[in-house]
Amino acid sequence: MEDAVLARRAMARQRRGRWLAHAALALGVLVFAFPIWITLVGSTHDAATIGRGDVPLLPGSHALENFATAWGEGGGRTHTTPAAGMLLNSAIMALLIAGGKIAISLLSAYAVVFFRFPLRMAAFWTIFITLMLPVEVRIIPTYQVIVNLDLFNSFTGLTLPLIASATATLLFRQFFLTIPDEYVEAAQIDGAGPLRFFRDILLPLSVTNIAALGVILFIYGWNQYLWPLLIINDRSMETIVVGLAKMIGSGDTQNEWNTIMATAVLAMAPPVLVVVVLQRWFIKGLTETEK
Amino acid sequence: MATLNLSAVTKSFGASTVLHGIDLNVADGEMIVIVGASGCGKSTLLRIVAGLETPTTGHVAIGGREVTRLEPADRDIAMVFQNYALYPHMTVAQNMAYGLRIRGTPKDEIARRVAETAGLLGIGPLLGRKPRELSGGQRQRVAMGRAIIREPKLFLFDEPLSNLDAKLRVQMRGEIRRLQQRLGVTSLYVTHDQVEAMTLGDRLVVMHQGRAAQVASPMEVWARPADTYVAGFIGSPAMNLLGGTLAEGGAAVQLKAGPLLRFPDGPRAGGDGRPVTVGVRPEHMLRDGEALVTVALDLVEPLGSETVLHGTLASGEVLTARLPGMVPAVGSAMPLAIPAEALHVFDAESGRRLDA
Amino acid sequence: MDRKVIFKGRALPMLLLLPQLAVTLVFFIWPAAMAVWQSLLQQDAFGLSTEFVGLDNFAEVVADPAWRGAAANTAVFASSVAVLALGVALFLAVQADKAIRGQRFYRTMLIWPYAVAPAISAVLWLFLFHPSIGLIGRALNAAGVMWDYQLNGNQAMLLVIIASAWKQVSYNFIFFLAGLQGIPKSVLEAAAIDGARPLRRFWTVVFPLLSPTTFFLLVVNLVYAFFDTFGVIHALTRGGPGKATETLIYKVYVDGVDNLNLGSSAAQSVLLMLFVIALTMVQFRFVERRVHY
Repeated sequence: MEDAVLARRAMARQRRGRWLAHAALALGVLVFAFPIWITLVGSTHDAATIGRGDVPLLPGSHALENFATAWGEGGGRTHTTPAAGMLLNSAIMALLIAGGKIAISLLSAYAVVFFRFPLRMAAFWTIFITLMLPVEVRIIPTYQVIVNLDLFNSFTGLTLPLIASATATLLFRQFFLTIPDEYVEAAQIDGAGPLRFFRDILLPLSVTNIAALGVILFIYGWNQYLWPLLIINDRSMETIVVGLAKMIGSGDTQNEWNTIMATAVLAMAPPVLVVVVLQRWFIKGLTETEK
Repeated sequence: MATLNLSAVTKSFGASTVLHGIDLNVADGEMIVIVGASGCGKSTLLRIVAGLETPTTGHVAIGGREVTRLEPADRDIAMVFQNYALYPHMTVAQNMAYGLRIRGTPKDEIARRVAETAGLLGIGPLLGRKPRELSGGQRQRVAMGRAIIREPKLFLFDEPLSNLDAKLRVQMRGEIRRLQQRLGVTSLYVTHDQVEAMTLGDRLVVMHQGRAAQVASPMEVWARPADTYVAGFIGSPAMNLLGGTLAEGGAAVQLKAGPLLRFPDGPRAGGDGRPVTVGVRPEHMLRDGEALVTVALDLVEPLGSETVLHGTLASGEVLTARLPGMVPAVGSAMPLAIPAEALHVFDAESGRRLDA
Repeated sequence: MDRKVIFKGRALPMLLLLPQLAVTLVFFIWPAAMAVWQSLLQQDAFGLSTEFVGLDNFAEVVADPAWRGAAANTAVFASSVAVLALGVALFLAVQADKAIRGQRFYRTMLIWPYAVAPAISAVLWLFLFHPSIGLIGRALNAAGVMWDYQLNGNQAMLLVIIASAWKQVSYNFIFFLAGLQGIPKSVLEAAAIDGARPLRRFWTVVFPLLSPTTFFLLVVNLVYAFFDTFGVIHALTRGGPGKATETLIYKVYVDGVDNLNLGSSAAQSVLLMLFVIALTMVQFRFVERRVHY
């Protein structure tokens, strides 16, 4: 083949490659952002505009009142709960789940790695098999346990069953195994007991892992759906993800869509902000827990 | 088999220029070693020849064919990488056959050539293994095999021995040279190791800050370094570089360290008072002679057959000498002679060699 | 796997383990055991008496056309979600891995849907595809396509697949990008010098080297599609129209919570548990052998 043709082809291929990359990524970003954009825009128009189906592509002028309504009164004809309260409930739930998981996983990983005691491996495997038992496959019996313990409609019932974490325990165990023996020996020579070692050495060393895991677990907690749907029927304790879905009902055209869209924006803002702002921790947490 | 011609090749990454116009003509079957400290641009030059980078300006021709803008695939070259870059998911045989398969070589011919190349490199028993099951030296051979099997116009080597231990490096160095001579393939070999450069190359390109400081045979580079950088880079221990000024109308040099040395090969241009740098290799220093300098010793390294002395002259300049046999380190100062016939003279400002 | 230097003591570590073990036993092991036990029992219509029926519940569940329908839905749904989410993510990751300007911007813009809850993802897509208020839904109807996911089962299935895959792409993208960046540049350059063009390079070198990542993600995506998408289906279609989008997990919920058919719901749960256990086993076997190269 003619060399000049080859050279031209090589350059064309390079240019095409770069162009394709930008085009594909831009399209990807667009597809990913589009539903959010429409929701954002929808939250700034009045109910009639949306109800007519004339959702414009640019923001309107009703943002303030829509968000005020969503925040203070709630939307939807069948189910109105103010977003303020639901956001607070979601935040409590997410923080309790994330904090609880991290706390008990740290403790159990510490026990399994730094001590020898009877049934150590049995305990480890018991924690491990929870990986294979997601809430969804044991809905009814777990629900019955909650009812028997009188934890229905309580934050304890909402969060406690979700706090066991094989993933977090495995991650901390993995990390603790890499702590040099010298640290432990030094602590023992200095006369520091196991609890002191945990508090003064191990915790500070684990900060990065805790932060990374915290981001992932916060999102996990915030986005819970099936469990709160089952355990909470007191509207004052409703979380925003479940509350939003209830507002939609059967997707009636007559819904107060503007308020619902404003509520949707409020419902996804906290976890999305966490991911975008704490991106580095988020990616670290994600890629390290799932190994 | 082919020639390689580089003309005025430059490369810039954004604001920083890595190559400032390299010219090089490589004859058919020649082995050129590009040597230089890290960051001198030698790897970039090799990657431009490979087609992995495009030069900012200038031209590359292989076998008289302009390839500057061609992709690596269209250049008919093969490359051995520093980390071998074997395909981890393929067996040794598949690794070697990959390039042939892409070119649509018939299956039986691929099998024949794989067996032949494996025999040549002594890796026949390894053909069914994956790279992770091989030692460093074995991987090195497979990487060589992958390059050889395609019978390319040009071999490119990017520091292929630097991941091996010292003993294996010496052995592989010999093997590469023998193979290259036997196959007669034009080769470009990049290294930072001057011993590799001296032993492997038909000619060397000594690179310094994006320029070719000298292109010449290893002996030429050693005997007549083009500038003070090359003088200091090639040779171990490094050449002594002493300050001085021309005297007697350019026929001699007055060293800062004391003695006056007359050039046996004739006067240098410039006249009296021109500042120069005078180089003398440590192994050329003598225990006595005409031009004596007094060295305040601070380190004596007896190596058995010879002794390396490090010290300071009255001018404050440091001096290294390599003398045969044992040198009793008597006292802290010792006189040494600089033989006039071993001098290299460089311009003090530009560092360029000044010939008679 | 074990540390050499440790602390002495038996009571302390057991105390430290107590919270995790208590939660695990009370909320995981016990309910799972209960599910197994209940799956072997049959309650009469008034809940007055229960009798042990062995594997009858399982036989009934497996023979039930509704369950088979849900299993078929799940197969279609899960494989579509996995293929779509993996394919799109791999394509985008390959593009983002090219050294181009704006890489960080693209990455940020592509990963945040991970933070959106499945149920909210459903709501967002509902806003777009609602036949009378949704931009795309109305456009489809205007273009002559009879679009109403509330009436048309296939359209409903399509919508829950899109809403579920959309969210999962972010996750896959992050892992594919990390996998791509883990392939040594020189191996790709060696392939280029060996004469492989970009597309060939991708299929003969990049894709095989990514296969551990792909396999891991396939398992994760299947688990996601089986269980985590409950919120999408509940918020968007409630398994309907008819039972067009009723997946196995959704049926467990409906039979247990709405229909109070505990024996059947428990038997279905146990079948799903077996499925998760099998998947986890396969994955760990694979991780142990790590990769094929």
